[in-house]
Amino acid sequence: MSSRREILDLLRENARYTTEDIARLTDFSESEVAEIIEEFEEAGVIRGYQAVVDWNAVETDEERVRATVELNVTLDRETGYDDISERIAKFPEVTSLRLVSGDYDFDLEVEGDSMREVSHFISDKIAPIPEITQTVTHYIMESYKEQGMEFDDHDDDDRLSVSP
Amino acid sequence: MTLEPATRVDSVPPSGIRRFFELAEEMDDIISLGVGEPDFSAPWAAREAAIASLERGRTSYTANRGKRELRERIADYEAATHGLQYDPDEEILVTAGASEGLDLAFRALLNPGDTVAIAQPCYVSYVPGATFAGVDVVDVPTRAEDEFKLTREVLESTGAADADALVYCYPNNPTGATMTGDEIAEVAAFCRENDLVVFADEIYADLTYEHEHTSIASLPGMRERTVVFNGFSKAFAMTGFRLGYAMAPPEAIEAMNRIHQYSMLSAPTTAQYAAIEALDNCRDEVTEMAAQYDRRRKYVLTRFEEMGIDCFPAAGAFYAFPECPWDDADEFAEALLQEKRVALVPGSAFGAGGAGHLRVSYATGLSDLKEAMARIESFIE
Repeated sequence: MSSRREILDLLRENARYTTEDIARLTDFSESEVAEIIEEFEEAGVIRGYQAVVDWNAVETDEERVRATVELNVTLDRETGYDDISERIAKFPEVTSLRLVSGDYDFDLEVEGDSMREVSHFISDKIAPIPEITQTVTHYIMESYKEQGMEFDDHDDDDRLSVSP
Repeated sequence: MTLEPATRVDSVPPSGIRRFFELAEEMDDIISLGVGEPDFSAPWAAREAAIASLERGRTSYTANRGKRELRERIADYEAATHGLQYDPDEEILVTAGASEGLDLAFRALLNPGDTVAIAQPCYVSYVPGATFAGVDVVDVPTRAEDEFKLTREVLESTGAADADALVYCYPNNPTGATMTGDEIAEVAAFCRENDLVVFADEIYADLTYEHEHTSIASLPGMRERTVVFNGFSKAFAMTGFRLGYAMAPPEAIEAMNRIHQYSMLSAPTTAQYAAIEALDNCRDEVTEMAAQYDRRRKYVLTRFEEMGIDCFPAAGAFYAFPECPWDDADEFAEALLQEKRVALVPGSAFGAGGAGHLRVSYATGLSDLKEAMARIESFIE
């Protein structure tokens, strides 16, 4: 018997599967699938649907620059991680923000149209936040896999077309 | 003396699949649902273990029966998953695919002139394998109305009671049929009553979707008369590694090894290292692949239902076996390939009882599967 979780797995695999497709792939009826997805959306389990874009494959002169930034912060009695994260997450340039274990506190992902724009954003908007003690910026040079999807196409099916 | 084929070779026709393979190979952009192997690559950890073994220079022969470490793991795996108890020293033989194991069993355990009952439709090697060994074949065609399960009635009506051995494969290629513990017990009882030995091809044992697989060797009074064949090709998606194994009482394994040591010497060494890693660390991948197959299975069965094509709910391996909408399934498969560029294999290629049906392999990515089913739908309209 299919579980509700399976619907999440399928949408993670391909958010464009129709409710009809998902019904065919599971033991749920089409209306049950629609209902479950709606419940997930209302409960905030599903936060959105996005395309996985390989920017290198986009045929345009526009550049898309991404960087991950390590942030160190200091906390005091009035300011916790949640307070700091709220300030940072509001910037549209920030595409992801996570609190992590290890040598630094936040792992930040930033997107911009040029390296200059991203550098300025870090130095003008992020670094001056009083609780931030250090930033280390890593520009992403090449992306090989995003959201579970490999970007190279070397995995062509080389099986015989018909076999016993 | 000329280099003519020997008569027993000449008597075996080329595989019925061959013709479709040749047709399909000539065409571009076909979608093939005619493939009898997983679309997944072998789990990365297993591939990496193979690479590491090469880097360390592990390129010698192994023991004839296979590396002991591998046989130990096979014993543990079979005990944990199928309730089988086999001694790694005396009762397990690592072979170059389950196919080699079957061939060894025909030659090592049967005499020319013995008869073997073969449940069909079945994998293409059984009948030729028996013929090469000089063994006579009794066809046991399973029936669509039994959902291609092997029943006592079919065994009795085909004269299998007089045979010396029974060969079957469940979960089945090409039908996707599975058998429950109770149904297997009925076959076991028949074999005990009529004193048949059993060659049980369990290569798809870990790809069942409705109920657990029951190995006939785990049933009372069966271990001593059964050889079980399994391997890494299907559940672990390691077809090209060519690695399987046979499990049987010591005297049977000893006899099979007598041929194996001269013909094969030992199964591929690199593959054995990969298999050790597969059993140690790749079970999660097997579970994940099985989950993917199950979704596709549901998809295919639902689509056939929507098209009004009769297809029993195949519950194992990665095949569905619908009834062909035309009387002649060979003609249908050929026309579908020519007109819609979708390859299926007609059931007749898999022996008695397969005619009028089509083997549809769902070991294909979902987007191709969707497209193929849409093409089939437009073809029959």
